[in-house]
Amino acid sequence: MQKVQKMRIRNHQVVLNRSVGGDAGIFVFLAIMGFFMFLPMVYVIMQSLKPLDELFIFPPRFWVQKPTFGNFGSLFKLLSDSWVPFSRYIFNTVWITAAGVFGNLFFSSLAAYALSKIPFPGRVGIFKVIRSSLMFTATVTAIANFLTLSTIGLLDSHLAIIIPAWGSTLGLYLMKQFMDSSITDTVLESARLDGCSELKTFWVIAMPMVKPAWLTLIIYSFQGLWNAGASVYIYSEELKTLNYAIGQITSGGIARAGASAAGTVIMMIVPIAVFVISQSNIIETMGSSGMKD
Amino acid sequence: MANQEINKKAVDIRKISKEEFKEIYFKTSTETAVLASDLNANSTDTVVTTDADNDASSGKKEKKVVTARKDMTMAQWTIKEMKRNKVGYFMIAPFMLVFSLFTLFPVLLSFALSFTSFNMLEFNADMFVGIGNYTRLFFEDDIFLQACKNTLVFAMVTGPISYILSFLVAWFINELAPKVRALVTLVFYAPSFGGNAYLVWQTLFHDDANGWVNGTLLDLGLINEPILWFHDENYAMTLCIVVALWMSLGTAFLSFIAGLQTMDKSLFEAAAVDGIKNRWQELWYITLPQMKPQLLFGAITAITGSFGFGAVVTALCGFPSVNYSCHTIMHCLDDYGSTRWEVGYASAIATILFLIMIGANMLVQKIISKVGQ
Repeated sequence: MQKVQKMRIRNHQVVLNRSVGGDAGIFVFLAIMGFFMFLPMVYVIMQSLKPLDELFIFPPRFWVQKPTFGNFGSLFKLLSDSWVPFSRYIFNTVWITAAGVFGNLFFSSLAAYALSKIPFPGRVGIFKVIRSSLMFTATVTAIANFLTLSTIGLLDSHLAIIIPAWGSTLGLYLMKQFMDSSITDTVLESARLDGCSELKTFWVIAMPMVKPAWLTLIIYSFQGLWNAGASVYIYSEELKTLNYAIGQITSGGIARAGASAAGTVIMMIVPIAVFVISQSNIIETMGSSGMKD
Repeated sequence: MANQEINKKAVDIRKISKEEFKEIYFKTSTETAVLASDLNANSTDTVVTTDADNDASSGKKEKKVVTARKDMTMAQWTIKEMKRNKVGYFMIAPFMLVFSLFTLFPVLLSFALSFTSFNMLEFNADMFVGIGNYTRLFFEDDIFLQACKNTLVFAMVTGPISYILSFLVAWFINELAPKVRALVTLVFYAPSFGGNAYLVWQTLFHDDANGWVNGTLLDLGLINEPILWFHDENYAMTLCIVVALWMSLGTAFLSFIAGLQTMDKSLFEAAAVDGIKNRWQELWYITLPQMKPQLLFGAITAITGSFGFGAVVTALCGFPSVNYSCHTIMHCLDDYGSTRWEVGYASAIATILFLIMIGANMLVQKIISKVGQ
């Protein structure tokens, strides 16, 4: 006689074969790991809340004694004193990030769908080239990119950062892997039989099925573009990014240690907010739109 | 007669396996030599698809072969397929245009430059040096060899650990409630996400008594003078590895979480009925095989991440690091590529790094193909 399987419901799903000991072990592992991961991040926040005298106290303390927002105040004061208005840097970064992320998402998904689901000759070779190119370091390609950008006249404009982001190979590779694994050909076939054009099939049928992959791509792409610093392709001061502006201020040494700590927190908070928002919007809708055939 | 039989079979082609199909097909048809090689060429095509997907797509292809004219040559068939699927070319066109301009062309140019002594200033006929750059790298450049050693040590420690850690954490938190899961994901992902938050390690492990670790150790009387941490040969590499691991739950981690959420859940119940005993068996036989595409993706990010971990080291240890203790291939590359502007030589370094990564990726692909067996 076979032993009766232990069944448990967890998070509205049937979860099988879970021992209590294993659960406890995993909990302990996650707790230790999480502590190790989170402690330095807490310290980042602590540093930004410490008044200047507390930053250089001996012995240094982990926790802040008299929390203050003075550091943020001095950061904003320094920023608003800059030659180019502070809001201009914010606009630059937001525009670069938004245009880059959405272009990247759309074009790489479109190409990934074709490479994954349309059997045109040559797609395997093309994909191999794309995948290999991921492993080439970008340092030495900067010269060729400079030549290309100057030939097509994109130097010293935001497009010099935005357009290359549209051809991000990692994004395409990610979308392709997800389309391979979570979209079955039968679903697409029935959509085509119903008279859906290929573009419509892609947008209406395929894309909703890989929502978690979007989230990953958006976050990954956002992270890179948001943190884009001084670019060699942009030399007008009024076109430069927020990260560059904050970097200029915080490189001022010990006197600006407080403003520097505040700057790190500011640059960190926005991506985290984006992460939280997209997490709730995309992951949470997954349960209702799960379209397995 | 034969044709009719094939067409009849073609209806339920999805239900039979590839081997069965070939048998039927070869029995009923006489002119199969060309098409058979055709079939094989196609079945090797789908390298990185899951098994289920592989069957489905090759089934579809074979059906096309059946309906295609038998007396077509390979070239004719290719052209027909190209016309039939031309929408595919339109869909990849925008991406391919940008990709060719900003990735493919620079990479190819760099390959070419690696055989020259191009240095941004001189354009002349005797720029071409053949494999001179490569022999110089391996026989004359001691710092490069030291960097190779450091890079391999660094990549062999951080690569596998970060990869396995990313997967395990993603897998462990998969069963948590969505809100809790999002929070835990954030905690683990924040270090690699938070811009230059890694600089906090410099504050924690600062050279002087102002650093939190030094200060605390001094205060407790465990040490008499501050340790130089990131500027001490004995500690620098280890600390960099710790920071790398701290930041390692990045894009691959997110793709694992996403992959676990798009899995076919009915398989788990079926597996339990079939006698899967514990979570580890479930992981090996059900979860991992379904996750292969994400595993391959994660492998690439782990490889590029661990071999290309240069900027963070520079920020923490300075450039060059003390006595080249943390000097990696990436640092050689930056040194020659953007400080000394010896672009030809830097291109040779980039090519070597590329080949190392390709090799590592092939190795990992081999290991992943063994999963679930």
